[in-house]
Amino acid sequence: MQRQALIYDALRTPRTRGKASGALYSMKPVGLIERLLKSLEHKHSFLATETEDLILGCVSAVGEQGANIAKTASLLAGWSPSVAGLTLNRFCASGLEAINTGAAKILAGWQELMVVGGVESMSHVPMGSDGGAWAMDPECNLKSRFIPQGVSADLIATLEGFSREELDQFALDSHRKATAAWEAQAFAKSILPICDQNGILLADKDELVRPDATLEGLASLKPSFASVGEVGFDQVALQKYHECERIDHRHTAGNSSGIVDGAALLVLGSEAIGQKYGIQPRARILSCATVSTEPTIMLTGPAPAARKALAAANLQLEDMDLFEVNEAFASVVLKFIRDLQVDPKKVNVNGGAIAMGHPLGATGAILISTLLDELETRSLRYGLATLCVGGGMGVATIIERLG
Amino acid sequence: MNTITYSKDSQQLATLTLNRTDAAVNKLDGAFRSDLKHCLDQLEAEKDSLRGVILCSGKDTFFAGADLEELLQYKSEQKLTMAATLADFKQQLTRLETLGIPVVACLNGSALGGGWELALACHHRIAIDHPKVRFGLPEVKLGLLPGGGGIVRMVRLLGLEAALPLLVEGRELQASAMRELGLVHDLAVDADDLIKKAKAWLHSGPMARQPWQEKAYRIPGGTPQTPKLAMKLPAAPAFLLKKTHGCYPAPEAILKAAVEGLNVDFETALKIESRYFIELLESPVSHNMIKTFFFDLNAVNKGASRPDKIIPRRWQKVGVLGAGMMGAGIAYAAAKAGIEVILKDVDQQTAERGKDYSRKIMEKKINRQQSSQEAADSLLARITATSDLQDLSGCEMIIEAVFEDRQLKATVTQESEVLLNQNGIFASNTSTLPITGLAKAAKRPDRFIGLHFFSPVDKMQLVEIIVGEKTSDETLAQAFDFVRQIKKTPIVVNDSRGFFTSRVFGTFTNEGIAMLGEGVLASSIEQAALQSGMPVGPLAVSDEVSLSLMMHILAQTEKDLAERGIARKPHPAETVIKKMVALGRPGRKAAAGFYDYPKQGRKHLWPKLAAEFTSQSQRLPFQDIKDRLLFIQAIETVRCLEEGVLRSSRDANIGSIFGIGFAPWSGGALQFINQYGLRRFTERAMELAEVYGERFQPPALLLEKAETQQAF
Repeated sequence: MQRQALIYDALRTPRTRGKASGALYSMKPVGLIERLLKSLEHKHSFLATETEDLILGCVSAVGEQGANIAKTASLLAGWSPSVAGLTLNRFCASGLEAINTGAAKILAGWQELMVVGGVESMSHVPMGSDGGAWAMDPECNLKSRFIPQGVSADLIATLEGFSREELDQFALDSHRKATAAWEAQAFAKSILPICDQNGILLADKDELVRPDATLEGLASLKPSFASVGEVGFDQVALQKYHECERIDHRHTAGNSSGIVDGAALLVLGSEAIGQKYGIQPRARILSCATVSTEPTIMLTGPAPAARKALAAANLQLEDMDLFEVNEAFASVVLKFIRDLQVDPKKVNVNGGAIAMGHPLGATGAILISTLLDELETRSLRYGLATLCVGGGMGVATIIERLG
Repeated sequence: MNTITYSKDSQQLATLTLNRTDAAVNKLDGAFRSDLKHCLDQLEAEKDSLRGVILCSGKDTFFAGADLEELLQYKSEQKLTMAATLADFKQQLTRLETLGIPVVACLNGSALGGGWELALACHHRIAIDHPKVRFGLPEVKLGLLPGGGGIVRMVRLLGLEAALPLLVEGRELQASAMRELGLVHDLAVDADDLIKKAKAWLHSGPMARQPWQEKAYRIPGGTPQTPKLAMKLPAAPAFLLKKTHGCYPAPEAILKAAVEGLNVDFETALKIESRYFIELLESPVSHNMIKTFFFDLNAVNKGASRPDKIIPRRWQKVGVLGAGMMGAGIAYAAAKAGIEVILKDVDQQTAERGKDYSRKIMEKKINRQQSSQEAADSLLARITATSDLQDLSGCEMIIEAVFEDRQLKATVTQESEVLLNQNGIFASNTSTLPITGLAKAAKRPDRFIGLHFFSPVDKMQLVEIIVGEKTSDETLAQAFDFVRQIKKTPIVVNDSRGFFTSRVFGTFTNEGIAMLGEGVLASSIEQAALQSGMPVGPLAVSDEVSLSLMMHILAQTEKDLAERGIARKPHPAETVIKKMVALGRPGRKAAAGFYDYPKQGRKHLWPKLAAEFTSQSQRLPFQDIKDRLLFIQAIETVRCLEEGVLRSSRDANIGSIFGIGFAPWSGGALQFINQYGLRRFTERAMELAEVYGERFQPPALLLEKAETQQAF
């Protein structure tokens, strides 16, 4: 019989402000994973000894997140020495890539049980802490015509003609949907309240959601990437995208994803695992896809990634009941909706990273857990999660709810 | 040794005097490199009996830099030799700074390029502070980088952020500015003072080490691992591309070498620098730029196009007719060169306004501390603003800069020519009207010539000298001398409508405008021009010239040709120009052309352009847009050569760059063809002709050159 990669469980931390004022700033990054592991172990005690590998996405894997935080976290959680650890970096899709990598190994028959997900404490290890030749080495930078993602997002908005109002409206909707989702306890199954070592609560909610957000408030925010564009990045973009004369900087802190701390894990296993330990799979991973597109506009990967994943699963766009498209920037999701002509009502139904934040390495896993929760709530079948990724890449995964 | 003399005095000081016997300046070539090696051998041998080393020059300047002839002749087969040469030279400099004996550079005059690199390898630099004495690394202006450790030492001394602008822009600084940066340690008033201070320093028992050799030394701003620098580093390439549009490999290579050098030790940084130097030598751009900006420019300025055997003429007094922007600019340029100027216009007020132009320039210069009140006063005293024609009497030359109207020009010629002194010359600053025709109004057409200045005259270096049918060689030579006297660069062309520069410039603007008419997006056209290396897009510059002026010139041309019974094939740009003017959008002066010019904020393309011209948007390959803009100019330049309008390819290259801003990376409109490859160029031109029109058809001269593989 054909092997299957099944999702048995999913868990995540709340997402909290990625600075010193954030509720999880006092928690070290490895501690976030430790708590998720212990909670999973509490539910499924076999995990601590039987898990073959812990794969974590982490973008800035240096300092406190360096030296393979996955293996470190497993040791800290007191899991068996037999549990291996791998940290990987596919930029913003690292968490989803961890899932896809794990699923592929299970499908191949090489592994049976793994815990996958991601972590990013952006308050502890700020974005860009890992340096890297892409931006820092002039030759790589020049060759790839590097520009910051915010300028890419503004380029997309300019080329596609998404107005500031449309972007802000999208952001407002994200907050409204997230607010409603929290009120309806849509995430209850997947959220692990995080406590200190004495059991005193630190955080149990996504901190960034603003129930009181307004269009006026959003409209008053200054464009975030105008000055960095002025330094020269606008010209770099326009030298390639000469069909526009200038880039209108329309993204702000309000209609871009929030900088947060957070982590998420999924339990992945073969069918045999369910039978062996008497647990029910919640979903099946049907396909995944990785693509890469033009690096300067950078954020246009989700649509082709989705198409590729659909083809691999032999499914049509219409078969998809729900979409989770990472809200890195409002224009990214709006472009995805336009390119694939999908019904906006199926996209990010519980809000997204604009309202709740984007803990880089963890987000991919959060999207899958959110998608799975909602498929279950609505008793729907197919869901697709996708993210835009630095360097022009895109990653997508399609799941099918079971039971 | 004929480039360095070695001497030792009783105070145990060795002096290396850079004073080559076979040239007027010291330069970095094989002979010098070998002599330097011998000197270092000797210094090492006598090390124990030495207290210090003085490096000084026996010439007016300290050291001129690399032997460009050697670099121009570089062939790819020599890359291993070149690598070895660079490594060896760098090793000599390292030996100098690690001798264990303090070395002081006495900079009596300019030290540029290799000369400044030599100075940087000394432990102490003392310089004479004089506006004409300059220091720096201008290699980038010739498409190269400082390959003698200049990047590595500058970055280690100043830090990346402070060093980069100096390296990437090739800035040359005076001693006092270098002192502020800490690169010159002491200033001297004259040669004696220089040596006195050098000896005093050597006797003070200084350390014979470079700052970066000290364990505790921290490079200012740190390395790419330093968070503050790391934050800024990703923007450095963008900052560069904003200016270069990706046309220039040299500043990019400098940035790469500077940053990569910070990630490794000093010796390795030197190797990385050499590799990028060779990479630049391998690129045609450095060859183009060395050829045009050094050899051709020098030859042109030295009089390659001036008829010889005619006694040079010094000019004392000239008259300028018309005190508008051009006339005022010419008056300034002449007065600045010490020539007495009579600036005449129809009324005193207008004439005075023309003189005010000079006043304003001088005020700016004084404010920027580039000039003094005295200099301004004497310059202004040389300009007499007048409305009285008689004031022109006794002028040695009269330059008319009145409106481009044949009748008006004839009138002023007749009125004023009689006032010239006996050997006087009458010059017309026309940019389009054939000189032979204008000369008909003159009594002495042999003493009538065209002097086409470019606007703004005080900034534009070029003057296009137009020889009419009857202009004598003597008149040409003397006009040439005038242009050199006012320190401008003269190219010499024969008479034709639009001469050389205006004619080629017209093909550029027309091509851009025609593409708009074809439905190509305006922003793509403008970007393509910039990314080809043109300083401004064809639509932007047409707005500056004004579309109504283009219409006027067109009408004049049509009329002239019709009179001679010559049929004219209209250019596809013309319908666009006519439409724009009809739409009330004649250009910048009206604040409405291809661009909008809002009172506040930046100009931007007229939003309705797309609706008017691009309704059926035409997606041409971007490379085609770029090629069309450069090819059409290069082809027109060949036609000018073929028709005898141009007299030399040297003048063509210099004129195209300095007159109309033809892509400087290419070395000029004809060198563009050479470096593209004549046969390849011809083939590409035929492709363009097939798709975009007959005007791209290669002229016979080009075909012939391609056939015989003869470069222009």
